[in-house]
Amino acid sequence: MLLDPKAGILVQGITGREATGMVEDALAYGSRIVAGVTPGKGGQQVHGVPVFDTVAEAVAKHQPTVSVISVPAPAVLDAALESFAHGIRLCLIMSERVPRLDTCKLVEAAKRVGCTVIGPNTLGLICPGVAKLGTIGGRLDNVKQSFKSGKVAVLSRSGGMTTEIASFLTSRGIGQSIAIGVGGDPIIGANFTELIELLENDSSTDAVVIYGEPGGAAEEQLAERLKKKPSRLRINAFLSGRFVDDLEGVRFGHAAVIVEGGRGSVRGKAAALREAGVFVADAFDDILKGLQANAE
Amino acid sequence: MQNEECKMRLLEHQAKKLLAQFGLAFTRSVVVSSPEAAVDAAKQLQNFSFFTLHSAFVLKAQVPFGGRGKAGAVRFAVTPDDARREAGELLAMNLRGVQVTSVSVEEKLAFTREFYAGVAWDTQAKLPVALLSIAGGVEVEQSSHENLARRAFDPWMGLSPYIGREMAASVGLKGRTLSGMGAFLEKLAQAFLACDAVTMEINPVVETTDGVLIGLDAHVEIEDDAAYRQKERLAAIGDIAPTATGRAPTALELESQRIDAMDHRGVAGRVVEFDGDLALLIGGGGASLTVFDAVRRHGGKPANYCEVGGNPTEEKVAALTALLLSKKGVKKMAVIMNVVNNTRADVMARGVLMGIEKAGRKPSEAISVFRIPGSWEQEARDLLAKAGVRALGREISLDESARLAVQHVA
Repeated sequence: MLLDPKAGILVQGITGREATGMVEDALAYGSRIVAGVTPGKGGQQVHGVPVFDTVAEAVAKHQPTVSVISVPAPAVLDAALESFAHGIRLCLIMSERVPRLDTCKLVEAAKRVGCTVIGPNTLGLICPGVAKLGTIGGRLDNVKQSFKSGKVAVLSRSGGMTTEIASFLTSRGIGQSIAIGVGGDPIIGANFTELIELLENDSSTDAVVIYGEPGGAAEEQLAERLKKKPSRLRINAFLSGRFVDDLEGVRFGHAAVIVEGGRGSVRGKAAALREAGVFVADAFDDILKGLQANAE
Repeated sequence: MQNEECKMRLLEHQAKKLLAQFGLAFTRSVVVSSPEAAVDAAKQLQNFSFFTLHSAFVLKAQVPFGGRGKAGAVRFAVTPDDARREAGELLAMNLRGVQVTSVSVEEKLAFTREFYAGVAWDTQAKLPVALLSIAGGVEVEQSSHENLARRAFDPWMGLSPYIGREMAASVGLKGRTLSGMGAFLEKLAQAFLACDAVTMEINPVVETTDGVLIGLDAHVEIEDDAAYRQKERLAAIGDIAPTATGRAPTALELESQRIDAMDHRGVAGRVVEFDGDLALLIGGGGASLTVFDAVRRHGGKPANYCEVGGNPTEEKVAALTALLLSKKGVKKMAVIMNVVNNTRADVMARGVLMGIEKAGRKPSEAISVFRIPGSWEQEARDLLAKAGVRALGREISLDESARLAVQHVA
């Protein structure tokens, strides 16, 4: 499983306003938050969770291997490097507006130590019935209504749509093994391809629903990988923003065109995924058709 | 929608000033804002006519987008008097809703070859990538494989000149040009990382008759999210023009920006106007895209796109509601959001009801559907029920909600 239910969870920036609320909701859902870090605020407690000045101390006392980062954007790179230096294996970055250079630097550093990074700019992830990281799903009653345990993984480029898709599946009796908001930035840690590769080794997942949007090349990259090497997972996708393809005047520089190689349109993404054997739902409700076709 | 617009595009002369600090050379130029000043600039440049074709000038409108050549915004002049005339014409131009207020007057260089050099982000490799083409010019993205070198580099280490030389060698450059290009790309990459750029392009870079590499144009975009640590650099190059992509904003779009800026709490904006009869108050970002697509798929005609989220205030929601309903030809409004946890459904409901009143309409006839499941949903349902509106719950999907919204307009 991507999130080991026994793993201790650390929250960096735990005394911040958003983090405090997030910790309360995550603890209520059963997440094993064992320690928090805010430099200079060691010795305090947040909803009963001990706060340390450094990740080193928190790790020495409570051995967390998962970290949730909720610090101001300028402090994200440093916080991430601190977590990598002390053996964190899964690092989820909630902070928004992280400069791209910082994201690239921390992703490079994570590669060297073998840490999986989710985000930045993610609402989090949830393993229904086990634990959640981040604010995904909100308060306990809302989380319980939206998510239920099952075999479908939801991977979404939109935080709100992660819950919406899970809630839709739950209301139709389909449970989820995990739901991940992969992060809304152009450059993120683990993208669809890397997450699918992790989920292929996860026996609790049979099928996947991907939510994609215009821009970037995450969907095309996944399609390329699936064409080279088919997945044991049954993959379904829903892509929104088809109308953006037809908007006038969205012009990119030469460099972006060369680097992205004409990728980015919803039409192109849908075609690439279909060609790679993915069921692409034309309408939101058709996600069900895909999953039912899978099951037969 | 993904943040393609979250960047600042510098004007050409600002970009050159910034890049010059990293040791990159550009043609000498003077920025003017009147035809008379263009004459003085031309005379001043004439005094240095050592490298130039006999007193020839280029005049370029300073606007924050490309494609100036095709738009007639790049002119040539032989005498200072020509410069006056061309500058006058450029300063009278309005391109994509942007009035030209400054013109760069430059010496016209004699050169033997032209190249394209750029740095951008590869979002899938998650690395900066340097680009070099021996086919500089407007259609550089059409460069054939053997004319284009492309190398990702480590964001911690930057681009060592040897990488630049390898790129130069791979497209057939030799001798002094090869070494010079190695150093040129190193400096460009250094500038890219130091300035938190999204894109840096020098197109063309030319090799003068005496073998020097000089940039004739520069395109630089700086990431908005890094502006906090680029203040000094940006202050030194003057005011940054608002980025203009696509068509000029409509009055309704401008008013929605003003409403969104009323209060920093939450988003109630990002409006794009369309020619339809169903106003949409939709969110968050992903659900907005989904609902807009679904309305069109079910044969509806959206009057606008918008994004609402992050728990905006009642006042913002009310102002936006009234604005969207005031658009000519709008029959009804659909309020549809994904399952919310941060945004409060009751705050949204109160704002929408206030806005409808402001617009002089009745909730029961103005609202086609209201679907905001999640936090404070029951309170929202009660408020709406009092106003004669039945709210939809999470069991009605985004798609089905959009279908009902379209049905109720017909």
